[in-house]
Amino acid sequence: MIRFDAELPRGEFRFALSFQADTGALALFGPSGSGKSTALGVLSGLVRPLKGRVQVGDEVLFDSAAGINVPPHQRRIGLVFQDALLLPHLDVRQNLLYGRWFGRNRAQVVELDEVCELLGISHLLQRRPAGLSGGERQRVAIGRALLSRPRLLLFDEPLASLDYARRMEVLPYILRLHERTGIPFVYVSHAIDEVARLADQVVVLEQGRRKAFGPPGEVLAPDWASAGEGRLAAVSVIEAVVREHDLRYGLTMLEHPAGPISVPGRIGEPGRVHRVIVRALDVGLAVQRPRDVSFRTVLRGTIRAIDRDDSPLARVEIALLGSGRLVALVTRHSVDALALDAGDEIFAMVKAVALDDRALALTTHARTASRQPDGNA
Amino acid sequence: MSWLAPDEWQAIQLSLKVALWATVGSLPAGVMIAWLLARKRFPGMLLLNSLVHLPLVMPPVVTGYLLLLAFGRRGPIGAWLEEQFGIVFAFRWTGAALACAVMGFPLMVRAIRLAIEAVDPRLEQAAATLGASPAWVFLTVTLPLALPGIIAGAVLCFAKALGEFGATITFVSNIPGETQTIPSAIYAYTQSPSGDAGAMRLTLIAIAISLLALAISEMLARRVGRARAASA
Repeated sequence: MIRFDAELPRGEFRFALSFQADTGALALFGPSGSGKSTALGVLSGLVRPLKGRVQVGDEVLFDSAAGINVPPHQRRIGLVFQDALLLPHLDVRQNLLYGRWFGRNRAQVVELDEVCELLGISHLLQRRPAGLSGGERQRVAIGRALLSRPRLLLFDEPLASLDYARRMEVLPYILRLHERTGIPFVYVSHAIDEVARLADQVVVLEQGRRKAFGPPGEVLAPDWASAGEGRLAAVSVIEAVVREHDLRYGLTMLEHPAGPISVPGRIGEPGRVHRVIVRALDVGLAVQRPRDVSFRTVLRGTIRAIDRDDSPLARVEIALLGSGRLVALVTRHSVDALALDAGDEIFAMVKAVALDDRALALTTHARTASRQPDGNA
Repeated sequence: MSWLAPDEWQAIQLSLKVALWATVGSLPAGVMIAWLLARKRFPGMLLLNSLVHLPLVMPPVVTGYLLLLAFGRRGPIGAWLEEQFGIVFAFRWTGAALACAVMGFPLMVRAIRLAIEAVDPRLEQAAATLGASPAWVFLTVTLPLALPGIIAGAVLCFAKALGEFGATITFVSNIPGETQTIPSAIYAYTQSPSGDAGAMRLTLIAIAISLLALAISEMLARRVGRARAASA
């Protein structure tokens, strides 16, 4: 549990953020310079607020009124920086064990071997940070934070400095971390897909203030009027159960009351709930069940609301059959041509590529690939 | 060493001893003050900085004279040290080491300070979030990363100590076997009509020692650099 309330002047604006989150998977989301990193600095103790109160679990880490300010090295909060910041004079193994040494009288949650296996870095132990790729460096940084026995892990845009391929390389490891170790985390990013995949709760920041707070499915597809520049970036998050893998076509079929969903790649285990992310721009609408179209995924639902103004696009919010909400961005012209209205039954066509979740597809590949050398060792 | 006169050989040994002690003795204080100046903001910082650099800009004779006033047998610090610990600086080789240390100190602090400033403070922050207290951060991150600069600073101080003349001769005079270092000995030779050969011999030896010190420091710095960038 995190209770956060902090205020400090920060360049152009005044940082004044407060939230209370009970989840183990929290994300701070917002554009560059919105104060996300400042929030992590306050949590880790590297940035001292002017006033406020910060509590993680039962322990108060900062309280300006009570004069409490626990120094960073006593907070037990691991921070994964955007640029990894591995110690250049130590090799990978020494970097990994650096934090463990200082917390040596604490109970060990994870062992070095387990962390290496989890992050796929066993073969790097003798290397120097300078010889690692960006993705490898970031994985070592995550392992290092993990081995310092933190009660909370902070990720400060850990993928932002990586290219797409490297991002997809690291993301699966972060996804597995929380599941395997149970250590709660706060993930900071301006990438909507990362946040939607990782977080249960999202704090949306703007100009150092809280703009929204809630589950990703709600806050990542904001109202038309309040969305501003983020309109086109809106995404929906749908939870569906993995039914089977179609090995012949390389697809994974998921089950949802509104209709089957097919996703490229081999994803998750059958029977498990999987989060599917759909960009609002990748949704097409039909008033009757479409036939003979290339769309493999057609979801049935009811139009809950249509938002429109003078812009060419309109935002259609659909309540999916069963549960879940899907947001579509279509032209205002289409809305009128199809005579769409709130309450109408509607079929949403979702491109399979829109559901593309290469990161998760990669998880399974990486897992089978990394098992091979491990097994031989 | 038959081609060297006994007092020449003595001057060389003494010079090396004085320079070594001046360097080793001032290194801990040099590192500490360099770190303070590089990383901390405190009242009196400007004063400390000026004090450290003063010997660099003052005439060496003035520095030597001030040392004599303070550390002489009747000087306030000198008298107290002799009374409490039996340590005497005046007209002893220890005094020469002190004078050389004071003269070499600004060069040492400057080099180390630059090296510490070049260490990314965010690496130190990263270490702190991993549980390292400020003292451990300094020992395990700042110090090893600044090591090439610390070596450079020590060598600069050593070289300066070898060549120090003005402050030393003013503070501890020019006593063969006790305070007559290479520069003092060369000076003494140049004052005598038959001293040209001796002055030349010592000059060549001073050049050789300086070159050797530079080579050693270069080697050490390279070894550190190579370890750091083993796979860069």
